[in-house]
Amino acid sequence: MSIQKREKKPGWKELPEGDLIIGGGTASGFKTGDWRSKRPIFLKDKCIHCLTCWVYCPDSAIIVQDGKVIGYDYDHCKGCGICYHECPVKGKAIRMISEKEAKAKNTVIAKAEGPKQP
Amino acid sequence: MIEIRWHGRGGQGAKTAALLLADAALASGKYIQAFPEYGPERMGAPVASFNRISPSPIKLHSGVTDPDIVIVLDPTLMDSVDVTEGMPANGTLLVNIEKSPAEVKVIFGIGAGIKICTVDASNISIETIGRDIPNTPMLGALIKATGILDFKEMMEDMKKKLEKKFKTKPEVIAGNLKAIERAYNEVRI
Amino acid sequence: MDKTNIVARTGNEAMAEAMRQINPDVVAAYPITPATEVVQIFAGYVADGLVKTEFVPVESEHSAMSACIGSAAAGGRTMTGTSSQGLALMAEMLYIAAGLRLPIVMADVNRALSSPINIHCDHSDTMMVKESGWIQIFSENCQEAYDNMLQAIRIAEKAKLPVMVTTDGFIISHGMERLEILSDADAKAFVGEYKPEYYLLNFEKPITVGALDLTDYYFEHKRQQIEAIKDSKQIILDVAGEFGAKFGREYGLFEKYKMDGAEIVIVAMGSTAGTAKVVVDGLRSKGVKAGLVKPRIFRPFPKEELAESLKGMKAIAVMDRSDSMNAQEGPLALEIKAALYDAPAGSCRTVLSYIYGLGGREIKLEDIELVYNDLSEASKGKAKPKVSYLGVRE
Repeated sequence: MSIQKREKKPGWKELPEGDLIIGGGTASGFKTGDWRSKRPIFLKDKCIHCLTCWVYCPDSAIIVQDGKVIGYDYDHCKGCGICYHECPVKGKAIRMISEKEAKAKNTVIAKAEGPKQP
Repeated sequence: MIEIRWHGRGGQGAKTAALLLADAALASGKYIQAFPEYGPERMGAPVASFNRISPSPIKLHSGVTDPDIVIVLDPTLMDSVDVTEGMPANGTLLVNIEKSPAEVKVIFGIGAGIKICTVDASNISIETIGRDIPNTPMLGALIKATGILDFKEMMEDMKKKLEKKFKTKPEVIAGNLKAIERAYNEVRI
Repeated sequence: MDKTNIVARTGNEAMAEAMRQINPDVVAAYPITPATEVVQIFAGYVADGLVKTEFVPVESEHSAMSACIGSAAAGGRTMTGTSSQGLALMAEMLYIAAGLRLPIVMADVNRALSSPINIHCDHSDTMMVKESGWIQIFSENCQEAYDNMLQAIRIAEKAKLPVMVTTDGFIISHGMERLEILSDADAKAFVGEYKPEYYLLNFEKPITVGALDLTDYYFEHKRQQIEAIKDSKQIILDVAGEFGAKFGREYGLFEKYKMDGAEIVIVAMGSTAGTAKVVVDGLRSKGVKAGLVKPRIFRPFPKEELAESLKGMKAIAVMDRSDSMNAQEGPLALEIKAALYDAPAGSCRTVLSYIYGLGGREIKLEDIELVYNDLSEASKGKAKPKVSYLGVRE
């Protein structure tokens, strides 16, 4: 995990006791985006905003604003493709492309901001 | 320190008798131990329980092997169990039986020197409490036979405890007290 | 001491009484001989409304400890009781309770482990989990069982470690003795209120409990835990000090009995220590320089302190009520030997291991006299077996 590579890990005297992780919503700091080999591409014109993908996404990586899907949180999306699989739109409002392809095409994808944690 | 062994059959209250005596001795300011023979509890099988009574703290935690006093709640045990096992030559044997000490000595071949006392505690308990539960009256007989506790003091303490336990059943309290008193008076020494 | 506070109680009743006065938030337990009465009597207190405890009757000891872990993690003061096979079934969860640093207090009535099946006293159950991270406190009699339970709550919550208080099965658990109990008010004031720093039901300070800890963090957390149990030694002494000052009954990491001028000494835990005291008294009156050391705390093991107390002895016998299956001495003997190895040069090297009382085998005055006799001879240079099995039929 890239974040851990950069950080110097705490020694035993500095850690909270009893294997506790203190504070809520700590999963947002754990970036799982680099596990991804395929990424979903949002096809805005086809989306009917049924939010099925939002319900199914195991990483809460579907970003919704005012009841409408606006994109994906690539810091946390693991590329599992469940959103694509569940999308009820004929011809799908989501396209899965390989990361390799994404990088080769230098696809510019507006990176949406992840949900803010309290 | 005095060591006591109670003999009875599973379900006859040998353990309760030891606890009862311990409680009474504690009330008189003594240090006490009461414990049953540890084993599977089988109704009717011969069982034993034990007491230690001492004016100073009791540290000993091994079993009682040579009791100064042995109490037999059920004389039918005496055919199969050597109730005098480990007793010192001047020990006291108290038996719940309608026979006299002299008869018990002959019938069961009790060794010379052992002081034998008898009381018909079963009959007393049937007449006073209404059931054959000899352990309560045996307490009275024991005190008379050995003088290990002050009788009056014990009776007062017992009354208090029974009143607490049987608030709604005054007849039980009176019956139990009467049983102890009768056994105290009727024990043959 | 108010006379009404002197009562006749069995060890199990004494422990249940302490639990009543502690009034824990949760007790989760499953019955097992000879510990059943502890939680059975306590369940009666719950039914009678004498305590405000949530009693969770579970389907196994594994579940009992699991429920205790959940309760303690949620922030509740949590207690339970078990013995032998029950403790064995809990073993997996005991490590979790300790690793999560949850201050659960358990009444553990010592009983032999199967097989062969047996319900009587030995220490093999407690010894089996000696490395689980629980603080282990042994009791000689009913009074100590009661006093240790009250102190255990304080120790656990301060050290953030679970504590098991043991009694010898049947010998103490079912033996009625004179017990001085504290008034409810004194007991309540002594144990105080439990205010955990972090707990799951505190929505103001959310936490994650039991996160996966792989090669990168596990060792650090274990290192913390090791330090915590080491540090708990001082906490145990502090709590004992406060208990002694308030109620007049003194406790330490271990008890030294007639050790002034002693040359031969037995180290023994639990009820047997009491019986050994009687033997020591007898030997002392005959001029034999016999003494006794009774470890009260087996974990954390008071290594340096015990080595110090055994300084200058000519021969030491360690009596174990369990075996370590060819490790080779008994578990306590191994610890004592390790302590003496690290002690300053010149400390006693004659340490005899005696395995006794397995499965409740009676330990009599004569048996202990025999051990002191062996020690007498060993101190004069006579060779003795390193390990002896006391009271077994050859």
